[in-house]
Amino acid sequence: MRRRVLLLLPFLIFLVLGFFLYRGLALDPSARESALLAEKFPSFTLSTLEDPDARIDESLLRGQVSLVNVWASWCPTCKEEMPQLLELSERGVQMVGIDYKDTREHGRQFLEEFGKPFEVNIFDPDGDLGFELGVYGVPETFLVDANGIIRYKHIGYITPDDVEEVMQEVEKWR
Amino acid sequence: MLTLTVPELGLFALLVALGLSLLQATVPLVGAATRRPLWMAFAEPMAWGQFAFLLLAYASLTASFLLDDFSVAYVAKNSNSMLPWYYKFTAVWGSHEGSILLWSLILSGWGFAVSLFSRNLPRDMLARVLGVLGVVSAGFLLFIVATSNPFKRLLPSIPADGADLNPLLQDVGLIIHPPMLYMGYVGFSVVFAFAIAALIEGRLDAAWTRWVRPWTNIAWAFLTVGIALGSWWAYYELGWGGWWFWDPVENSSLLPWLTGTALIHSLAVTEKRGTFKSWTVLLAIITFSLSLLGAFLVRSGVLTSVHSFANDPSRGLFILALLGITVGVSLLIFALRAPRMSASVGFGWLSRDALLLINNILLVTMTVTVLLGTLYPLILDALGLGKISIGAPYFNSLFVPLTVLLCAFMGLGPVARWKQMPGRELFRRLLGAGVAALAIAVTVPFLYGGEWNAAVALGLVIALWVVLALGRDLFGKVHNASSPLAGLRKLSLSYWGMVIGHLGLAVTIVGVTMVSNYAIERNVRLALEERIDLGGYVFTLTELGERRGPNFLADTATIEVTRDGNAVTTLRPEKRLYIARGQPMTDVALYPGLLQDIYVAMGEELNDGSWAMRIQVKPFIRWLWLGALLMASGGVLAVADRRYRRRRSAVTESATFSNEVKA
Repeated sequence: MRRRVLLLLPFLIFLVLGFFLYRGLALDPSARESALLAEKFPSFTLSTLEDPDARIDESLLRGQVSLVNVWASWCPTCKEEMPQLLELSERGVQMVGIDYKDTREHGRQFLEEFGKPFEVNIFDPDGDLGFELGVYGVPETFLVDANGIIRYKHIGYITPDDVEEVMQEVEKWR
Repeated sequence: MLTLTVPELGLFALLVALGLSLLQATVPLVGAATRRPLWMAFAEPMAWGQFAFLLLAYASLTASFLLDDFSVAYVAKNSNSMLPWYYKFTAVWGSHEGSILLWSLILSGWGFAVSLFSRNLPRDMLARVLGVLGVVSAGFLLFIVATSNPFKRLLPSIPADGADLNPLLQDVGLIIHPPMLYMGYVGFSVVFAFAIAALIEGRLDAAWTRWVRPWTNIAWAFLTVGIALGSWWAYYELGWGGWWFWDPVENSSLLPWLTGTALIHSLAVTEKRGTFKSWTVLLAIITFSLSLLGAFLVRSGVLTSVHSFANDPSRGLFILALLGITVGVSLLIFALRAPRMSASVGFGWLSRDALLLINNILLVTMTVTVLLGTLYPLILDALGLGKISIGAPYFNSLFVPLTVLLCAFMGLGPVARWKQMPGRELFRRLLGAGVAALAIAVTVPFLYGGEWNAAVALGLVIALWVVLALGRDLFGKVHNASSPLAGLRKLSLSYWGMVIGHLGLAVTIVGVTMVSNYAIERNVRLALEERIDLGGYVFTLTELGERRGPNFLADTATIEVTRDGNAVTTLRPEKRLYIARGQPMTDVALYPGLLQDIYVAMGEELNDGSWAMRIQVKPFIRWLWLGALLMASGGVLAVADRRYRRRRSAVTESATFSNEVKA
């Protein structure tokens, strides 16, 4: 009798597994983070948009959860995204900008015109940092936790509907 | 006129094949149960017919691709008039519908092969095996017809041109990777069919294991090559030089490989000693189930992966139902029928039997580890416990120590005798190999890397242990013969298969160890005529240009590589833009070598006209795939062993005899 139960075990395990696979069909896998995340924010030494003589590096992102937004003055969708970024900043999220493949003049002008959600802007005129981050298109937003690990990535612009989701992610990693 | 109806011809052939598979799934099984020779004899013609009609269906789809018939939705989505003809040929399996058709074609091909090569099987056994294959085949064909018709037309608005094949798939590695992988996956369904037939019949003897072993080895060899090709392709095509990502789809190809490996070893025990019978059958069922699970994971969209096919929940549900029915029913049959075949022969705790048992326990532990890591995010999500992901750190921290343990026992296995092996003798025989492995492994990091590296030493010690222990065994076998040549000649092909297979694993482990610890990788900015030193080489960007390919535009770079002032090679990486999809792609430039690869991928153009490039020097990376090829050839070599042919004819005699008695 015990042997019979033992032989039935694979079947029972399979039933349990089947249940989860069935449930899985109704779930959205893209809501789970990809395995490629949870990597360290790449190291860099760059100036800020505001001050050509300043030198900042990845230690800037330590100690606090921050949203790193890659933007550029030449990117029309970045303008559309600004109101959402301002809202996130007002709700107490530390925002860091990366001005990507841009000139100082255009970048500053852009912020004057559309708003300043960022506490600091990393100036990346040659796109080196963007390359390290694997940026394909602008805008892109990365959530970096207090230890400098990338925890979440939003490709494309953050729509008004996305704000809550981004906020939730920020809360999760605080 | 003819081209107008090619897709309909294909669909018609597909439906005929479905009909034949339904007959194959029922008539022979009923015939075997009720002992009707005519019904049993149905199996083979149905298997042939199914194969022929699926070949026709597949050829029709291929013709639609070659003829640029964009009225067929699948062609419009995956081809383009500018696509070179050979990629049109391979684009047939570039996406879900076509690849599942290829899957079914290969399945029917295996059925055909069973019919060709197992003429000597007892009639009822053959009928049952083909019947079970018919059930599996019918399931997949129903799946295609119900949810994934590749012949669906886009009428009346026919697109002027196709959306093109995904550029990632426009590559030699991808021409052969999926067919190889499917040959492996699907090949295990033959083993599964034999297992179910044995359960139904209640017959599991040494003859049965001799029928099953060649099929297992061949399917396993294909799967090995398929996985290696996938890893090779990811290495040079994805542009960042990784070779294994613990991606859910990679994992789902590794799962049946692990249990398949366990099965090969447990079959050895079942044949030689008549033990582990229920376990062997269970492994055969599990291996096939994991192949099906792989199909489910890839095609249902329950997990995210770089391999994702266009997903559709109704497809997921269908495959899950298919999985549920075939696996559920076969595990139930196992639970009900397996006790009949129990047999117990004792063996000592130090014997080849015991070591193979440990091998199986370790391989199954590895399987469970990978399976849990792959499904854990899904399970947690389904229970509402949060969304997480499991990455390489989890897999590496469990898989690596298990592999080390596996290899530790792998050295002992071939040397140990069946039933009982005196510990002292085993120790005496292998002491030399162990000491030598340790000594070499400890010194190599100094010589190669210049400093002590524990991970390298560990990797090398287990690889060398396996190789040197094999060498000791070989020496012992030859030494006892009258002359070394006579000794070598006396060794069976299946023994050589084992030696080469184990050697292959050792070679792969050396590759993994070296490339994981000594690879050099740097992202650099290169302007024209600029030089970069890396890993003893000097890279100079000498030329930037543009060129137009058949269906893409490319920025090209020419990089001269020198070492100590001597020219090594000229590398020409490209950054391509595929026109129809507007998709950028990096075409990696490689200088492959047995001891190291030089690898350059173009990033993007920077403002001052220089380019971001990723330069890597990868030592011993070729050994990864070379080892896999060795493993696969070991598997094939064992099949050629005379034993499988000679004994099979002996089986024929007894089978004919029993038929005569029945008649």
